[in-house]
Amino acid sequence: MTFIEGNNPLLPAETNTIITDPMIPNLFTIKKIFWETDDTFTIEIESHDKSSFNFKPGQFNMLYVFGMGESAISICSDPAKNKTILHTIHRVGNVTSKLSQLKKGDTIGVRGPFGSNWDVTKFYGKDVVIVVGGIGLAPLRPAIYSIFKERKKFNRIIILYGARTALDLLYRVELEHWSKTKNVEVLTTIDRGDSSWRGNIGVVTNLFNYIKLDAMNTYSMVCGPEIMMKFSIEELVKLGVEEKNIYLSLERNMKCAIGFCGHCQYTSKFICKDGPVFNYSQVKDIFNLYEV
Amino acid sequence: MHTEDISILLRNHSFLEDLKPEYIDTILSCASNTYFPDGTKIFSEGEEAKKFYLIRTGKVAIEINGREKGSIRILTLGPGQVLGWSWLVSPYKWHFDAYAIDDVRAVALDGECLRNKCEENHDLGYELIKRFSGILEARLKATRIQLLDVYTKEIK
Repeated sequence: MTFIEGNNPLLPAETNTIITDPMIPNLFTIKKIFWETDDTFTIEIESHDKSSFNFKPGQFNMLYVFGMGESAISICSDPAKNKTILHTIHRVGNVTSKLSQLKKGDTIGVRGPFGSNWDVTKFYGKDVVIVVGGIGLAPLRPAIYSIFKERKKFNRIIILYGARTALDLLYRVELEHWSKTKNVEVLTTIDRGDSSWRGNIGVVTNLFNYIKLDAMNTYSMVCGPEIMMKFSIEELVKLGVEEKNIYLSLERNMKCAIGFCGHCQYTSKFICKDGPVFNYSQVKDIFNLYEV
Repeated sequence: MHTEDISILLRNHSFLEDLKPEYIDTILSCASNTYFPDGTKIFSEGEEAKKFYLIRTGKVAIEINGREKGSIRILTLGPGQVLGWSWLVSPYKWHFDAYAIDDVRAVALDGECLRNKCEENHDLGYELIKRFSGILEARLKATRIQLLDVYTKEIK
């Protein structure tokens, strides 16, 4: 089964890079692998045929460790740099543990990119508040790169980032770099700290105490554990940000990634095909149902 | 600092935002401007909670003495936030330790003075209780989220 580029009825219209059967992985070589924290690592991969890999911020790939299985992982590199791509991975299961043990030069299978994306062009001329928790910074990093590439088209950029401990903060060099950019505020906080930590301690929603929002001109992207997103969205709405201006990325157990298998079904939606990025108003009614 | 200057500091602090001017005038005599250099212990667990603080600049860390676990930093507070509510509830003792982890500038409000003002003027008391309830609710909610330890995933 071969699909014509940009004409795959199973994928969102904006996805146009898959030209073969979306169930057959393409071969990629690991160019680099490095640890971000003690349980989170990043791999840089390149297609065997050295072809470029186009994707949009927020999309994900299915990474296949041969003989072990697949895992859905968000792409976290700059969409403008498409020769190699990066995935930051939390080691939590068999596949991700095996991925963490691979070495430079090893081969993995890659299916993708899949799913909807953060369309930052909708935020032109507006303030953007990015609220992230834990590894949620990884799926949002391509969107941040895209915003910084066209920095003048946006007003204030505010990044609120919460992690478990100081050692769990991702991309610290970039956070530092972003925070030094004009009209960009980066606030971080951790849930647990000791007296050696001089930064903020407390949940990510505490950081809203330190910012002033022009709520009517604010768009927001939220990504992290679902409960963290729930409280963050509550806070944004309380501060006056319109629900239709809030976007979030959801996570479920993706298997086929094309809306066939139903593993990631979210009432009438499939996270893999209709998401992972949703407008909050699209999912508001089901977002607070913990059974879903 | 002149009382009119402290009045401006009170008016400009988000905790007292939109508080009626006559209430500001009433509590003014309980207020003083204060400064804690970086590293100062502001109060200790078990001490009498005589004051609370409206933080203007800098950062304060709240720590709990976990005895054999050592001191655990549980929360930081910064500009626009309120430090301390034990002055409000008998027996008026601090439950935690607080340290300045920056140079901290704050307006201190004398707890006993303020309690007396609230006894004399219940409308003022009700207004302040509403504001403190909001803080307590937010801190309780934040603590519950912290307890969820949302960023951990068990390795399968």
